[in-house]
Amino acid sequence: MTLTLDIVLSGLVLGGMYALIALGLTLQYGIARIMNLSYGEFLVAAAFAALFLYTGMAINPVVGLLAVVPASFAGNWLLYQIVLMPLVKRAKNQGMLEVDSILGTFGVLFVIQGVMLVTFGGSLQSYSYMSVPVHILGTTLALNRVLALVFALIIGGGLYLMLTRTRYGTALRAVAVNPVSAQLSGIDIRSASALAFAAGGAIAAAGGVLISMFLTFSAASGVVFTMKALIIVIMGGVGNMLGALVAGLLLGVSETAVARLVDPGLAIAVTYALFLSVLLWRPTGLFGRPAR
Amino acid sequence: MRKYTLAAFRTLAVAAATAWTLCATAQAQDTIKIGWAISKTGPFAAGAAVTTLSNYQVWVKDVNDAGGILLKSTGKKVKIEVIEYDDRSNSEEMIKAVERLATQDKVDFILPPWSTGMNLAAAPIFNKLGYPQLAVTANTNQAPQLTKRWPNLTFWLGLPSEIVDGIVETFTKMQKEGRINKKIAMIAVGDQFGIELSSATREGLKKAGFDLVYDKSYPFGTQDMQPVLKDAQAANPDVLLAFSYPPDTFAITDTAKVIAFNPKVMFVGVGTAFPMYKGKFGANAEGIMGIGGSDAALEGIKWYVQHHKEVVGREPDRWASPITYASLQVLQQAIERVGKIDREAVIKEINTGSFDTIIGKVKLDNGLNHNIWAVGQWQGNDFYGIAPVGKQGAKAPIAPKPGWQ
Repeated sequence: MTLTLDIVLSGLVLGGMYALIALGLTLQYGIARIMNLSYGEFLVAAAFAALFLYTGMAINPVVGLLAVVPASFAGNWLLYQIVLMPLVKRAKNQGMLEVDSILGTFGVLFVIQGVMLVTFGGSLQSYSYMSVPVHILGTTLALNRVLALVFALIIGGGLYLMLTRTRYGTALRAVAVNPVSAQLSGIDIRSASALAFAAGGAIAAAGGVLISMFLTFSAASGVVFTMKALIIVIMGGVGNMLGALVAGLLLGVSETAVARLVDPGLAIAVTYALFLSVLLWRPTGLFGRPAR
Repeated sequence: MRKYTLAAFRTLAVAAATAWTLCATAQAQDTIKIGWAISKTGPFAAGAAVTTLSNYQVWVKDVNDAGGILLKSTGKKVKIEVIEYDDRSNSEEMIKAVERLATQDKVDFILPPWSTGMNLAAAPIFNKLGYPQLAVTANTNQAPQLTKRWPNLTFWLGLPSEIVDGIVETFTKMQKEGRINKKIAMIAVGDQFGIELSSATREGLKKAGFDLVYDKSYPFGTQDMQPVLKDAQAANPDVLLAFSYPPDTFAITDTAKVIAFNPKVMFVGVGTAFPMYKGKFGANAEGIMGIGGSDAALEGIKWYVQHHKEVVGREPDRWASPITYASLQVLQQAIERVGKIDREAVIKEINTGSFDTIIGKVKLDNGLNHNIWAVGQWQGNDFYGIAPVGKQGAKAPIAPKPGWQ
C-alpha cells in the first residue's frame, strides 16, 4: 500500500512536469495551428532567464516568473506577428501552414539557440532552489517538483475552464475547429491565433522557470523538451488542455511504476509503448476529436 | 558550416594582425596554424565547452602571450593562428572538418574533438593525414590495441579498467578498515559508458567479496532519479555507486538529499569534478566521490586553476581539464624540441619524450598516459585525488561522509 501510494505520488509529480512542458505547445499547435519546433528553445531561454535572475540578481525564480512570463508572452506575440504571419497569410490550407511553420520555426530554433550559446556559452547550467523535502501522505517529495505539479494543474485546469466556459474560450475553440467558419461568425482569427500562440509561449516560459529549479539544462537542451511535449500533445489530443494534463500525468505514473516494479531501464520504453498504443487505438489522442 | 577564425578571440586577433603586418615580407613561417573541429552546438556542446574548448583557448592565449612557439630551424617564435569549425555534435561533420583543416586550410597541427566516440571516429582520418591526435577526452579499454595500430594516436585519461581498479581498491581498503560494510548499491546510465564501467566494476567488486544489493541501469536522459534511489535506499547499502552523466549526477545528489538517503560512501559519475558541483551543493558536496581528481597541492595545479579562472571566468573541472592543458603543453614542448613543422618527428617525440607539465611529469607508455587519478573526493574546496592509493599526493578519503545539511 505504501509502495503504491509512493509510486502514484512520485509519478504524479514527474507527470506534472511533463504536463507543464506540454501545455503551451498544445495551445500553439491546437489553436494557432503552428507546429512550433522552437518551443523547447523558449522554455530553455526562460530557464536561463531564471538562472540569471537568481544567481545574478538574487531574485528568486518564483518571483522571476512575474518578469519572465510576460516577456515571453510579448516575445512570442511578436514572433507570430513578424515571422509567422506571412506564412499564415500565404498558406492555402492547413497542411501547407503546417509544413511552412515547421520549416520556419526550425530556423527560429537555431537563431534562439545560437543567441543563447553566444550569451551563456554551451556549458551545463544548474542551481538549487526549493530543493527541500515535503512529506505528503508518508511520501517524501522535493518541494520544487511539487510546485511544478501545482502550476501544471492550475494552468491546465484554468485554461480548460477558460476554453470551455467563457465566450472568448469558445471563440478560440471555434478557431481551432474551423478557422473559415469562425471568421464568418465574426471572430478575428488572426488576433485570436496570435494570442493563443503568445499564451503558449508564456506557458512554456513558466515551465522553463519552474523546471530550471531542479533540472540541469544547457543551451542545446531545447529539443529534448520539444520532443517530450510533442509526444504528450499528440497523446492527449492536439489542442486539448485536459488531454495534455492527463497524458502527462499518465506518463509520469507509468514511468515511475515501471521503474519501481519492473526495471528502471524500461522507463523510456514504456513512454513509447503508451504513445504507440494510444496512436493505434485512438489516433486523435486520448481526448481528441474524431478525425475531421 | 560555420567557420570561426581569429574573430573568436579578440585579443588574439589584434596580436595576430600585428604579427601579420610585421612579418608580411618575411619568407619563413610567420605563424603556426592550429585547427580544431569541436562540438559548439548539439548535445556534445556542453561537455566540449566545459573540458576541451576552454583549455584550447587558454593555451592559445598563453602561448601567444609568451611570444609563440619557438621553432629552432627558423630561430624565432611563431604565434598560433587558430582555425575552428563546429562539428555540430555530428561525427561525419567532424571528419569532414578535420579533412578540410588538413587539405584546404593546410593547418600545421589539429587538436582533437571532444568525447570518446568522436575521438575514435576521428582516429582513422588523423592517421591517414599523419597528424598527431592527443585524444584526451577518450576513455576506452581498447586504447592499448588502438595505439599499436595508429602510432599517432595517444590516450590521456587512463583506461576504464584503471578507474574500476581505483574504485575497487578504495572500497576494499575502507571495508578492511571497518569503515563500511559489504553492501553496495550500483546504478548506471544505460549507454556504452555506463554499461562498460558498471560491468567491469561489478566483476571487480564481486571478486573483492562485496555484495551488490541493488544493481540497475536507467535510460540515458532520465530526469527523475527518485524511483531508482528509493529502491537503492530500501536495500540499505553502505555505498552508493553511480556511473552517471552530469545532469543525472546532479539529479542523483539532489534527490538523495531530498529523500534523506545518506550512505557512508557516495560515488557519482561524470560532473562530480565540475566546480559547478561544489557551487550547487556547497557544504553537501563534502565527502562525495567521483571519477578523476587532482593533486591540489601541486604548484602546477594551483597555478592552472587560478589562471584558468582568470582567463575563462570560471574554474576548470578537476578531471579531464588539467590533463587537456597538460597534453597541450606536451604538444608545444614536442614541437619546440623538434624545432620545425615535422609532424612525424613530433609524433615520435610525444611518444618517447618526457615532459614537465602542470600535472607533473608526463611520459607516455605505448601511447598511454598513466599519470591519472581514478577516484577523487570533495574535501573542503577542492576535489582531491584519493586513488590510486599509492600515487604521490593521494589524500586519505573521508568516510563515512558527513550527513546532508
